[in-house]
Amino acid sequence: MAKITAGIGCSHVPAIGVAMDTGITEQPYWQPVFKGFEFSRKWCKDNKPDVIFLVYNDHCTAFDASCIPTFALGCAAEFTPADEGWGPRPVPVVKGHQKLASHIAQSVILDEFDLTIMNEMEVDHGLTVPLSVMFGEIPQDGAWPCPVIPLAVNVVQYPAPTANRCYNLGKAIRRAIDSYPEDLNVHIYGTGGMSHQLQAERAGLINAEWDGRFLDMIANDPDKARQISHLEFLRETGSEGIEMVMWLVMRGALDDKVTEVHRHYHVPASNTAVGHIILENHD
Amino acid sequence: MAEKDYDDIPGTFVFDADRSREGYWLNQFCISLRLAKNREAFRDDPEEYMTRYAMTDEQKQAVRDRAWNHLLELGGNIYYTSKLASFDGITFQDLAAKMTGMAREDYRDMMLHGGRSVEGNRSKSEWEKK
Repeated sequence: MAKITAGIGCSHVPAIGVAMDTGITEQPYWQPVFKGFEFSRKWCKDNKPDVIFLVYNDHCTAFDASCIPTFALGCAAEFTPADEGWGPRPVPVVKGHQKLASHIAQSVILDEFDLTIMNEMEVDHGLTVPLSVMFGEIPQDGAWPCPVIPLAVNVVQYPAPTANRCYNLGKAIRRAIDSYPEDLNVHIYGTGGMSHQLQAERAGLINAEWDGRFLDMIANDPDKARQISHLEFLRETGSEGIEMVMWLVMRGALDDKVTEVHRHYHVPASNTAVGHIILENHD
Repeated sequence: MAEKDYDDIPGTFVFDADRSREGYWLNQFCISLRLAKNREAFRDDPEEYMTRYAMTDEQKQAVRDRAWNHLLELGGNIYYTSKLASFDGITFQDLAAKMTGMAREDYRDMMLHGGRSVEGNRSKSEWEKK
């Protein structure tokens, strides 16, 4: 049977991708950001996934204002890294896992979560940056270590789905993956955040204390994390901090009690607080 | 229109359905700049290129002026307007600095020292006291 063995929370700041793509990760500005992923890269080698289910948001790249799905599941054979306005990232094409993706779509929709199914989709830094920080530099003509199933969540136009809805969707994804007959080691990623505001006069807002409490809750008290209101996210963590609802999808797909094996937090990467956590299921 | 709880957050435009409706063509114009051929067309003849999108005169003027906050006020969303900034060769961090009215170096320095604190920045009433 397929099994979710671990959940990964991870920011997806575009500048992190640029730093890797231009080879400046050793500069003093970036060194502390990447230091926190050294453990993770080793951990990924020791706990190699067969498939990654990656929850992220599209930043007005694959979806323009004409179509705004709340949850869009990538069921394509492959996903091309998009040109976001400065040329596509020089990273490999992301291969999907079509059989598992369509199984999840069927199971989750019958479980009353009405997903949008994407049979063609480009992916932006929201998806490729977490893969890059976890697996290191991979040349464009190389390959990511395993297939990836993307789930794009609308967090651009208010309202994003609630933290509670995301958490419950995670549970439905867990049920879907648990019922897939092939033996597969699945990792689930919740990406985005942590505190940041990219717009208007309050841009640059960071709330390290709140972020720390959120990491604690994600690890040990998801029941509390899923009750965080949109107003709290917006006010306390900046208008773009609401991306953290996506971590709740990841957390919902794990056991109630998990083991935290790694945590990393650093300010800043560009305008954003970088947060990262690895949680393992027990059995 | 009903009062929105998030309208009390200072220095912030929450991109909700009302803003999205108002900013639709502005945002569609901005996202078109994601593609190289459109960037070229806009560079060659900005006025002609803007006529392809049903923006209001005020929105077009804000594009000409690169009035970054006003673009948000007119329904623009930051992930869209950042494509226009990117067209100009402005990084996201420098764009953020411009919107706060801070000098580039001062903004960068603020971020290196932990960013803008949430203290004093939660509610419009806190800004009015300043």
